[in-house]
Amino acid sequence: MIGQNKQGMSVIVQTVSRLTAGMILVFGIHIVLHGHLSPGGGFAGGVIIALAFVNLLIAFGSGSGISKISVNLASNLETIGAIMFLIVALMGFLGGTFFLNILSKGESFSLFSAGTIPLSNISIGLKVGVGLFAIFLALVLLERARK
Amino acid sequence: MELHILLVFMIFAAVMAIEVKDLFSSVIAMGSVGFALCLAFLVLKAPDLAIIQLVVELLCLIILIRATINKDLPLVIEGRWFFNTVSTLIFICAFLFFAWLALSELPKFGEPIMAVVKKYLEEGSEKTGAVNLVTAVVLDFRAYDTLAEAAALFTAIIGIMAILRKSGRKNHEDA
Repeated sequence: MIGQNKQGMSVIVQTVSRLTAGMILVFGIHIVLHGHLSPGGGFAGGVIIALAFVNLLIAFGSGSGISKISVNLASNLETIGAIMFLIVALMGFLGGTFFLNILSKGESFSLFSAGTIPLSNISIGLKVGVGLFAIFLALVLLERARK
Repeated sequence: MELHILLVFMIFAAVMAIEVKDLFSSVIAMGSVGFALCLAFLVLKAPDLAIIQLVVELLCLIILIRATINKDLPLVIEGRWFFNTVSTLIFICAFLFFAWLALSELPKFGEPIMAVVKKYLEEGSEKTGAVNLVTAVVLDFRAYDTLAEAAALFTAIIGIMAILRKSGRKNHEDA
């Protein structure tokens, strides 16, 4: 089961990356969601989310199931992230100006606070994470098409 | 009001960049669009973006001028030396005058103006509700900058997708 995949790296690397990929993904989501409370934010968390998938892709080779995600799906998700960020920006016009923080500020130090900032963080995290993974996927697919 | 003047100027210069016959004049007109966009970002209170726009525009303009200056510029020097010298001197004097006006407004070295930063530090957390002040600045006070940075990343990814796409390459190989 483990050693059958001839592509990719050794069994040790495959096992370790299979165990840690989920943790890396959860850590990235944590960074994105707590962007307004702790260091990090959309950009940093998005890169961590992308690295979880890139890790799997490197360890199991380009023939593994994770590379069946099409580049089109990835770029569509990235576009959705960009449009979400733009919608958050345009929501400010309900209160008057561009990028106005119209939602309630809430209580400091709690997860649901700071109005639109967590929404912006989530959309940037989606955009950056999927976008970086899409770049990597496009490079992998190019390499496969060349063979 | 300034924004509308800048927008009209940018539209006019962009149309001129397309319509003008000379390639070099077209590059100059395009550069003026870029510098007007830089001023527009300043009016819209996105100073970081204005700096980036200024730098990128200068770099693009230098590269484009270097690429087009030998192409189709009918360089007329004979017979117009008086007009050329006088106009050059006038522009140098105007540039020095405005540079003097701008430089005399700069704060002294080592004593920056802390008005904006002080406001961010004192009222940032109450005004935005975010405890992380970096996020408060990036996603609330300077969110317009962040939007353009996200747009830059988006453009980069679209460019990579366009270069590495499979369909166009296949058709090319078949043909």
